[in-house]
Amino acid sequence: MNTLLWIIVALAVVAALGWAFRFAGQMVTGNKPYFRDMPYAVSFGFALGAALFVGGVWLYLQPPANEAGVPRASVVFWRWAVHFLIVAAIAAFIFRLLGRAVGTQASRKIFRQMPLTAAFGILVILIYGFAAVFAGLIAPYGQDQVFSAANVVPGGDPALGGNPDFPLGTDQIGRDILSRLIYGAQNTVGIAFATTLLAFVLGGSLGFLAATLRGWVDQLLSRAVDVLMAIPSLIFSLLLITVASAWVSGTGLTIAMIVIIAVIDATRVFRLARAVGMNIVVMDYIEAAKLRGEGLGYLIFKEILPNATAPLLAEFGLRFCFVFLTISALSFLGLGIQPPLADWGTMVKDLSAFINYAAFAPQIAASPLLAAGAIALLTVAVNFVVDWMLHRSSGLKE
Amino acid sequence: MNPVLTIILQRLALGLLTLLIVSFVIFTAVNMLPGDFAEALLGQSATPEAVAAIRKDLNLDQPFFVRYFSWLGAMLTGDLGVSYAQLNFQSNMGASTLKTVADQIAPRFANTMFLAGVTACIAVPFAVTLGVLAALYRNSVFDKGVNIATLTSISSPEFFLAYILVLFLAVLNPLLPSIANIYQGISFQDRLVATLLPALTLTLVVTAHMMRMTRAAIISLLASPYIEMARLKGISPLRVIVKHALPNAWAPIINVIALNLAYLITGVVVVEVVFNYPGIGQLFVDAVKNRDIPVVQACCLIFAGAYILLNLAADILSIMTNPRLRHPK
Repeated sequence: MNTLLWIIVALAVVAALGWAFRFAGQMVTGNKPYFRDMPYAVSFGFALGAALFVGGVWLYLQPPANEAGVPRASVVFWRWAVHFLIVAAIAAFIFRLLGRAVGTQASRKIFRQMPLTAAFGILVILIYGFAAVFAGLIAPYGQDQVFSAANVVPGGDPALGGNPDFPLGTDQIGRDILSRLIYGAQNTVGIAFATTLLAFVLGGSLGFLAATLRGWVDQLLSRAVDVLMAIPSLIFSLLLITVASAWVSGTGLTIAMIVIIAVIDATRVFRLARAVGMNIVVMDYIEAAKLRGEGLGYLIFKEILPNATAPLLAEFGLRFCFVFLTISALSFLGLGIQPPLADWGTMVKDLSAFINYAAFAPQIAASPLLAAGAIALLTVAVNFVVDWMLHRSSGLKE
Repeated sequence: MNPVLTIILQRLALGLLTLLIVSFVIFTAVNMLPGDFAEALLGQSATPEAVAAIRKDLNLDQPFFVRYFSWLGAMLTGDLGVSYAQLNFQSNMGASTLKTVADQIAPRFANTMFLAGVTACIAVPFAVTLGVLAALYRNSVFDKGVNIATLTSISSPEFFLAYILVLFLAVLNPLLPSIANIYQGISFQDRLVATLLPALTLTLVVTAHMMRMTRAAIISLLASPYIEMARLKGISPLRVIVKHALPNAWAPIINVIALNLAYLITGVVVVEVVFNYPGIGQLFVDAVKNRDIPVVQACCLIFAGAYILLNLAADILSIMTNPRLRHPK
C-alpha cells in the first residue's frame, strides 16, 4: 500500500511540474505560440520524461554496495543496463561512421540514410554470425566438457566463489557457461536458420507452383494449408513432437523438430509466395515467356523468383524471428534442441533458479538472463533491420 | 433473410467444418504413434493375451474410421477419456476412483481463462490508449520511444520478459509472488495477486502488436478529406482522433485484438511453465513429456477450438463494424 501511495504522490508532483513548466515557458517567452498552444498532456510528458531522467541518473550515482559490502542489486542491474545501452549506442554509431567511410558508392549511400537502430541491428547480426561460424575457435572449452568445479560463480573473483578460468562461471554439472553461450550461437541460430531456409524452399516453391498452375493443384494445396494454419503453431508442433519422440530421441529428435517446424512455417510462407506469385503471373513478360514455350521450372525460378525477392526477403527476416523464438520456447520447455548440443533456451531453463539469489548476489542472477538476453538481442536486431527495410521499400515518410 | 446473418451463419458453418477437419488431423497424427493404448497401459507386463483383451475392451481392434467417429462422439458428449498416468496409477496401486481427463482439465481450463481474461482487461485498454497517443504525437520522441519499446517486447521470448519481471517485481522488490500458487477455494483477491505477474508478462507480449495496429489504422485515416474538414473546423487534435478517426478505425483494431487473444492461447503455454501456473498449458506440456496421449489429444482440441473460435470472432466482428457490409446496396 505504501508503494502505491508513493506512486500517487510522485505522479501528483510531476503533474504540478508539468503545469509549472508550461506556465514558466509562457511567462519567459512572452506567450510564444509554441508554449501558448501547448496541450497540457505534452507539458506533462516533458515533466514525466525529465523526472524519469533525473531518477535514472540518481539511481546510477548510488553506491553499488552498502557499508557492510552487501551489493545493492537494483543499482548494480541499473548500472549494467545503462552501460550496455551506452556501449551499444556508441558501437552502432562507430559502425555507421565506418560504413559511411568504407565501401562502394552504393553501400556508403545506404549507410548515410540509415537510422541508428538499423545500424545496431546489422552490427549485432554480424557479431552473431561471426560467433556462430567460428564458435569452435573462440570458445575456451568444448560445449559438453564437464569440469570438476561445478556451480562456479560468474565474475572470476575468488573471494566471491569465482574462478578466473571460467569468467562466466560453470553450470550445475560443471560446464563452462561462456563456452556454452558461444556454442549456443552456433546451435540455436544455425538450427533456426536452417529451419527457416527449409521452410522457404518448401513453402516458396509450392506457393509459386500453385500460383503458376492454378486449378486443382492450387485448390488442393491452399485447402491443406488452411487446415494446417487453423491449429496454433506452437500447439501443433508440440503434438507432432510428441509423436516424433516415440520414434527417435536425442539428436534425431532435434532433426525431427527442424522438419516439423519447417513444415508448419512453410504454410505461412506458402500464403505469401502464392499471393506475390499471383500478382506476377498475370504480367506480360510471363505471358511472353509462356509463348516462347519455356518450361515450368524456368517460369518459376527465372521469371517469378527474381521479381518476388524483395517481399520474400523481408518475410525471411520476420519468419526467422518466429522460428527462432519457437525453437527457443520449445527448448525452454525441454522439447526442442536436445543435449549434448548447447542451446540458449535449455540454458535459461537450467539456470533459471539462480534468479532468486539476485538480491544479494546480482552476478549469479545474471547467468540465466544472459542466455535469455542473447535470444532477445538477436530477434530485436533482426526486427530493427526488417522494420527499416520495410520503411525504405514502402517509401513512407509519414 | 438479413445478409449479415447469412454471412455470419456461413462463417459459423465454415468454422465448424474447420474444427471437424482439425480434429481429424489431430486424431490421425496421434494414431501414427507406434504401439497403442493397450501396450502403453500394460508397459512391461504386456503379454499378447492381455494386450488383445484390453484392445477389445477399448475398441482398439476396430478399423481407423470407426474409432475416429466413436472418439469424436465421445468428445462431443464431454467424455475426454482417462489419462495414461491415471490408468497406470490405478493398475499399480489399485486406486478406486479414476479422475477422467475432463475432471483434470476443467479446473485448469478455468484458471487459464482467468489468466487470459485478466491479461485482456489490462492489455486491450492499455494498447488502444498507447496507440491513440502514438498517433496523436506521431514522429515525436514519445512515438519513437514507444516504437522501440514495443519492437523490443514483441521480439523478446516470453520467458525473457517473464524473468525480467520476476527479477524486478518479485525478487528485488517483493511486491508480487513469483510462483502462482492457486489452490481450491482461493479468494478472488488472492487469485488476482497470484495471477498478476503472469498476466503482466502476457500483456507485454500482446500489447505491442495491438498498439502498432491501432496507430497504423488511425494514421492511415488521417489523410482522408473528412479528417481535414474536421481539422479546418478547428477541433483539437485529440478530438479529431477520438471522435472522427477512431470510429472508422475500429474494424482493423478489433480484428487485431481478437487475433492477439487467439495468440494468447498459445502464449500461455510458456508463461504457465515459467510461473508454475496450474493452467491447461502446463498440463499440456507435462502430457507431451510423458506422452500421455488422451490428455495431449484433448488439450490440442481445446486449444485449436479456442483459436478457431477467436479467429471466427475476429472475422465476424470486422464484418459487423463495416457499415458497407451491414447495409449492402
